[in-house]
Amino acid sequence: MDLHFNQHAPDAEEIAAVDGCLASVPLDGDRRQHLLPVLHAIQGRKGWVSPGALNHACLRLDVPPAEAFGVADFYALFQTRPHPPLTVHVCDDIACRTRGAEALCAEVEAALGPQGESRDGVATWHRSPCLGLCERAPAALVIAAGHPPRERDLAPATGAHVLSVLAGAPVPHPPLSVSVPQAGQPGLKLLARVGRIDPASLDDYRAAGGFLALRRAFEMGPGAVIKEVVESRLVGRGGAAFPTGVKWQGARSATLPRYLICNADESEPGTFKDRVLMENDPFSLIEAMTIAGFATGCEKGYLYLRGEYPLALSRLENAIARCRERGFLGDDVLGDGVRFDIELRRGAGAYICGEETALMNSIEGRRGEPRNKPPFPTEFGLFGQPTVINNVETLVNVIPIMIEGGKAFAALGTERSTGPKLFCVSGHVQRPGVYEAPFGITLGELLDLAGGIGGNGRLQAVLLGGAAGAFVTHDQLGAPLTFEGTRAIGATLGSAVVMPFDDTVDLRQILRRIAQFFRDESCGQCVPCRVGTVRQEELLHRLATDRPLGSVGEEVALLKELGQAMRDASICGLGQTASSAIESALARFPIFQGTQETR
Amino acid sequence: MISQDAPDAKIPVPRGPVPMPPPPRPRRTVELTIDGQSVAVPEGATLLDAARQLGIETPTLCFLENLTPVNVCRICVVEVEGSRTLVPACSRKAEPGMKVSTDSERVRLSRKLVLELLGSSVDLSTAPQIQDYMERYDAKPERFGPPAPPARAGERDAARPGHHHPPGVPHDGCAATVGQPVKVDNELYVRDYSKCIVCYKCVEACGTDAQNTFAIALAGRGFDARISTEYDVPLPDSACVYCGNCIGVCPTGALMFKSEFDMRQAGTWDESQQTATDTICPYCGVGCTLTVHVQEEKIVKVTSPLDNDVTRGHLCIKGRFGWEWVNRRE
Repeated sequence: MDLHFNQHAPDAEEIAAVDGCLASVPLDGDRRQHLLPVLHAIQGRKGWVSPGALNHACLRLDVPPAEAFGVADFYALFQTRPHPPLTVHVCDDIACRTRGAEALCAEVEAALGPQGESRDGVATWHRSPCLGLCERAPAALVIAAGHPPRERDLAPATGAHVLSVLAGAPVPHPPLSVSVPQAGQPGLKLLARVGRIDPASLDDYRAAGGFLALRRAFEMGPGAVIKEVVESRLVGRGGAAFPTGVKWQGARSATLPRYLICNADESEPGTFKDRVLMENDPFSLIEAMTIAGFATGCEKGYLYLRGEYPLALSRLENAIARCRERGFLGDDVLGDGVRFDIELRRGAGAYICGEETALMNSIEGRRGEPRNKPPFPTEFGLFGQPTVINNVETLVNVIPIMIEGGKAFAALGTERSTGPKLFCVSGHVQRPGVYEAPFGITLGELLDLAGGIGGNGRLQAVLLGGAAGAFVTHDQLGAPLTFEGTRAIGATLGSAVVMPFDDTVDLRQILRRIAQFFRDESCGQCVPCRVGTVRQEELLHRLATDRPLGSVGEEVALLKELGQAMRDASICGLGQTASSAIESALARFPIFQGTQETR
Repeated sequence: MISQDAPDAKIPVPRGPVPMPPPPRPRRTVELTIDGQSVAVPEGATLLDAARQLGIETPTLCFLENLTPVNVCRICVVEVEGSRTLVPACSRKAEPGMKVSTDSERVRLSRKLVLELLGSSVDLSTAPQIQDYMERYDAKPERFGPPAPPARAGERDAARPGHHHPPGVPHDGCAATVGQPVKVDNELYVRDYSKCIVCYKCVEACGTDAQNTFAIALAGRGFDARISTEYDVPLPDSACVYCGNCIGVCPTGALMFKSEFDMRQAGTWDESQQTATDTICPYCGVGCTLTVHVQEEKIVKVTSPLDNDVTRGHLCIKGRFGWEWVNRRE
């Protein structure tokens, strides 16, 4: 490509960062796909992506500087203006709000100065959307640029913790039982090994039954593996609930090469189940991806991990390296002649990249803008090739399906929602955490399992399914937590977020935070979402400050029209669901005078 | 037949008939129903093609015949029976048996809202087409509140992705807009991003759809998404070669000839006094068709017809801007 570069030159560190990142990758094919890893390398080394560094990256990758800038400027973890090397991202999203997020922001502000500014030129802080550490709220993520860069998630975080990490002092991780209260209990299928094995040890994993499912899959052959998955009636756990077996069957007849992607870009506010699995049982995801790759005929798998998950990153990197060393990944997996390997890719702070086609664009080194569908990924996916994409929890379910068979798997749960399920319980609850229960447990039973309502003990509302989900009332605690059961009460299981709020919480502020989230995370591609999410937040602001344009009724009617247009005309699920939680709350709670539907 | 003048007359002439490409295979047709009328279109045609074949007018903003559809404006959405959401007519392929409604209540609501969202955030004063659509769909952008005052120069370019701009700060009760000062950094054209609806057309024309220069791209995210050079450098420092093809495809006047911009500023721009004459570009042997727009015996801008076989509406710096000397009288 005939590229034009401006006069800015990279410094020695920037050159080393870019060249070091590219030293071990083949540059003969499409080079642009290495853009995000290279931007991470620059950001990690210098704390921001300077014009000179970008020029050098573009020269090496043959990407026009305007396009590469547009990519860097899309992701919240990349800075495209001079920025201090130490950054604290403090979560002020809905789960952390119930557990002192504002107090933490105030402490950090007192120490470091106003958000986005820096007193000493060394450290600054930003408010962040949900960091996926909700069970240990309030949460913060500290990133220190350097060689090597340091990253540390803190939860529960205090101002003192943040300052310690900034100073380079060690802060211990809280015990696992805080995140997984059921850890070590018998009868668990997805969390069976969590807390019982050393997540860094392949031998521990094997001693606990690891790779038996893969051996079983190799004995059965790809067709029989898919048959078991079809019989298990497993559906996707990422939110869309698409039948996994059907997806895999479709891929078998697609052209080669085809790719497997594990969607580990868990970013729905209130969701942290995939993080807990990856941090504590990383080898199971490697094994599950290998089974999926074998069954669908993919020789290459991409694991796209949320950029804000440093502990999961290091544990997965270690797991992949150990598996390669011992022949569990590579050109001859288990000595059976099967070729499969995994490339780990990091997101960089963009909720929208959890949308499957946005995620593929991100791997390709582009802005995380969703593609129009059809064509669907099974036909035209990553690099334009047929692609199978599954969520972390979905894949991990394949292990019990291989061990006990599809029929036995389907015996658990309900007719239409089969198998075990992980729930992300946070907010006003006594013991927040990841809980495993069979589909069909009621909302009330799950909250009891988590010790009952926290806060002042008086339940006001439960948010089900995340920011793209719905609020339900006390009357709906008897609803079974299944895909069909939540649909019957006008809600969705989504990513299995269960977030109760006590009656001290001002739901208007929660709704505004949700509206803010969608406004900040919209990719900006289509008009209904780009402008609609802004208008939605402005409208809620007017209602919450008692200054409606015209009457409250007119404002609510306008909000519904806006919601309808976003749902009908947006390109992807973000815009299509950006109003659902808000509309559900307005219909079910007397939040603004005259908005509640009579039931 | 090789003539006697050929450099090497010894090359043997192949015997037999001249090889010809195989005749094009007849394209299959797809039958579907739009607004109750049956229509047959060639396989691969879009719903927009099919609607046009029936004479049904479908509004479009980000669609242009000479560019790849990006389906981002969502003004062309139609309702397809069995589909959960509306679908963009400009890019959705016609399928056998589809039942399409182009004027249902859902379609009209979404089109109206899209127009109101644009009208409440973008300066559409030089986009008569969109104003016509707004009348047709009864769009009332003022429902979302009075427009907020414009940003300072560079303010929108400095926005961090994901950074929150709280509503009401500093202009309470106002609707956020993309208002900002015009970027005037060269002699040939200006960029007024207060008028930008982010339709991606200029980026496509600068990129693989026409020019392959890649001087501009999308930057930022969400409401801060914007067309930008790298680090917002002025055009003379960018890869821009001043072909002006971005101006040619801009639907709102956000990208404008400096000549037109200056005349509009001076209040002398008057399209009713302009003639448009087609001629052939005198500069090189390609033979591009130029449409020369003349007001008061002066060339005020040069375009090229979209359906022209040679240009498809695109020109180079010489054809687009190389006429200043015609206006010099000395």
